[in-house]
Amino acid sequence: MDLSYTPEEEDFRARLREWLAKVLPGLPPKPRPEDWPGRRAYDLGWQRTLYDAGYADVHWDASPTTRLIFLEETERAGAPYVGANFVGLLHAGPTIAAEGTEAQRARWLAPILRGDEVWCQGFSEPDAGSDLAALRTRAWRDGDDYVVSGSKIWTSHAEVADWCELLVRTDAQAPRHRGITWLAMPMDAPGITVRPLRTLAGSAEFAEVFLDEVRVPVANRVGAENDGWRVTMVTLSFERGTAFVGEVVACRRVLGELARVARENGTWDDPERRRRLGRLNAEFRALWRLTQWNVSEAEGGRVPGVGGSVFKLRYSHARQELYDVAAAVLGPDALDLDRPWVLDRLSSLSYTIAAGTSQIQRNIVAERILGLPKGR
Amino acid sequence: MRFRLTRDQEALREGMRELLGRRFDGAALRAAAGAPARLDRRLWRELGAAGFFALRLPEADGGVGLGLPEAVLVFEEAGRALLPGPLLATHLAAAEVPGAAMGETVVARVDGGLAEWLAEADAVTGDASGALPVRSVDPLTPLHRVPGPAAGPADPVAVLLTAAEQLGTATRACELAVQHARTRVQFGQPIGAFQAVKHLCAELLVRAETARAAVYAAAVTAAPVDIAAARLLADEAAVRGARDCLQVHGGMGFTWESEVHLHLKRAWVRAQRGGGNTESEEMLAVELLG
Repeated sequence: MDLSYTPEEEDFRARLREWLAKVLPGLPPKPRPEDWPGRRAYDLGWQRTLYDAGYADVHWDASPTTRLIFLEETERAGAPYVGANFVGLLHAGPTIAAEGTEAQRARWLAPILRGDEVWCQGFSEPDAGSDLAALRTRAWRDGDDYVVSGSKIWTSHAEVADWCELLVRTDAQAPRHRGITWLAMPMDAPGITVRPLRTLAGSAEFAEVFLDEVRVPVANRVGAENDGWRVTMVTLSFERGTAFVGEVVACRRVLGELARVARENGTWDDPERRRRLGRLNAEFRALWRLTQWNVSEAEGGRVPGVGGSVFKLRYSHARQELYDVAAAVLGPDALDLDRPWVLDRLSSLSYTIAAGTSQIQRNIVAERILGLPKGR
Repeated sequence: MRFRLTRDQEALREGMRELLGRRFDGAALRAAAGAPARLDRRLWRELGAAGFFALRLPEADGGVGLGLPEAVLVFEEAGRALLPGPLLATHLAAAEVPGAAMGETVVARVDGGLAEWLAEADAVTGDASGALPVRSVDPLTPLHRVPGPAAGPADPVAVLLTAAEQLGTATRACELAVQHARTRVQFGQPIGAFQAVKHLCAELLVRAETARAAVYAAAVTAAPVDIAAARLLADEAAVRGARDCLQVHGGMGFTWESEVHLHLKRAWVRAQRGGGNTESEEMLAVELLG
C-alpha cells in the first residue's frame, strides 16, 4: 500500500500548478448563472485554453492517477469547472471514441477537445428515470433519416448545445434493452423545442427537450440499430473512480471555511456542533482515501464500476450532511438565500437522486457486489 | 500511487485467515462463549510463533520487521474471527515485556479506566492498582474497572489497531448478514430479495469499505489525524454493522446461540478503548482550523 506519487506524477503536478498560477489570473470574469451564451463561451474558452496547453485530453488518454492529480489541482487552484464540456468530454466523446466509425470520430472528437462544440444528453424521460430502459421516444426510418418524436428531461446545457447524444426506441416489439438506438442529434434541427426546467433552487440548470418529427441522418447513428443500450453502457464506468475528485476537494475546503465561521460566531463553543464538524472531517478524509483506493484499482486495470456505487452512496449523503451542518452553524442566516452555502444546501438535495437514486444504488450494490437475488 | 495491498500483504492476510480459520472457527467461538472466559495459551503461543506479536519488532531483535500496514491486516483478521484475548496489549508490549513477542507471556493493559483480561495476564502495562472486576457485557472479554485519573492522550498505534479490529468486525457483520439474507426463506423467497433487507446489507458494505480506505490510509501515513478519522469510521462501521446484521438475522439474531451478538458486544468494548471517541472528534475539529 503506497500513497506516494511517482516522480513523473509529481512532475506533472508541479508543471500543472505552475501553469494554473500563470493562466488563471488572466481569465475573463465568470458569467452570471442565467447567462447561457456567456456560460457557453466561458466554458468553451477554458477548454480551448486547456487544449492549447496540451491538457485537453487528460480525461481521455491520461492514466487514472494523472487524471486524479489534474482534477485535484484544478479544483485547488479555483480553475473553471468542466461545465458545458461535461457531456462531450465525459460521455458522448468517449462513446464515439469507443463505438464510432473512423468518419464519426474525425467529425466529432476534435471539436470537443478544441472547445468548439457543446454536447448535451437526451437520455432520461418523464416516464424513464431510474428505469432508463423504459424510454419511449420513438424513431423510425425515412430514407436516409431517422424521424424522432418524444420528449427528454433533465438535459443540462440544452439551450446552448450543438449536439445531443440521444437514446431513442427503434424497435417497440423487441425486449426493451434491445430496441434502443444511440443517435447524435444536431440541436438546430427543426422540430426541437427546449423548455427550461426551474429547480427547487430557483434556477434553470436543466431543461425539457420536446422532439416533434425531428430528422436525424442515419449517418449520425453510433453503433448498430437497436444496440444503443450496450453502446451507452460501454462508457458508463469511463471516469474510473475520478468522477467526484474535484467535488471532494471542494467539500473539504468548504468544511474548513465552515469551521472558521463557527469559531467566529460562537457555535464552535457548543461541543455537540464542534464534534459534528470533526466527524465530517473524518468523513471527507475517508472519501478522499476511498477515491485514491478506487483510482489505484483502476490503475491496476480493474474497472471500479459498481465500486463507484459504494462511493456515490456515501458521498451524496456526506455532501447533504455538510450543508446541514453549515445550516446549523449559520443559524437564522441559513434562511437567507444571499448567504454563502444556502443555495449549495438546496443543490445538495439532488445528489441522492441524480445519476441513480440512493435506493437504486443500494439495489446495485446488493445485487452486483453482494450477490443478493433480484426481487420478484 | 498504488494504494492497494501488495502480493506480500495479501499473502500475510491469507495466512492469518487460514490460521484463525483452522484454530478458531465458528464452533470454537460458540464454545468459548458458553464457558467462563479462559485464554487458550496454546493458541496464544501459536500466534506468537506466527509473528502476530513480534510483527513490528526489527528482525535484529527477533521480530518480523514489518510495519503498521501489515499489523493492521493481521488485527483486521483477528477482529473478523472475533479472536479473544488481550491481543493489542500483548502486541504493544512486545518490545518491553519479556516473552510477550513469542506469546509466552500474556500482557494486559490499563486503557480508558478499564483493563481487559487482567486476571489471566502475566504482566500489566499501566497502573492497575485498585482494579475491580466488572460483570462484562462481552462474554469473551473479562473486564476490570481501574480507578484513578484518566491517562493522557490515547496512543495512536493502539487506536489504529483497534480500528483495524473494528474493520474486521464490520467486514464479518456484512458477510454474515449477506449469508443469512441469501439462505433464509420467508414469503417464498430468500429475504435478501426484499429491498428493505437488501438495502441494510448494501449499507453494511458501504460503511465497511469506507472505513477500510480510512484505516489502510492511516496505517500508511501513521498521522494522528488520519488515525483519528479511521477510528471514527471503523467504530461506526463495526457497531452499526453488527446491529444491522442482528436485525437482518431477525429472531435468530436475538439468541445466544447465534454469534451475531458476540460481534456487537465486542465492538462496544473496543469502542470504549481510549475513553471513547470524543478525543478523536475534537482532534479532527481542531485540525479544520488549520
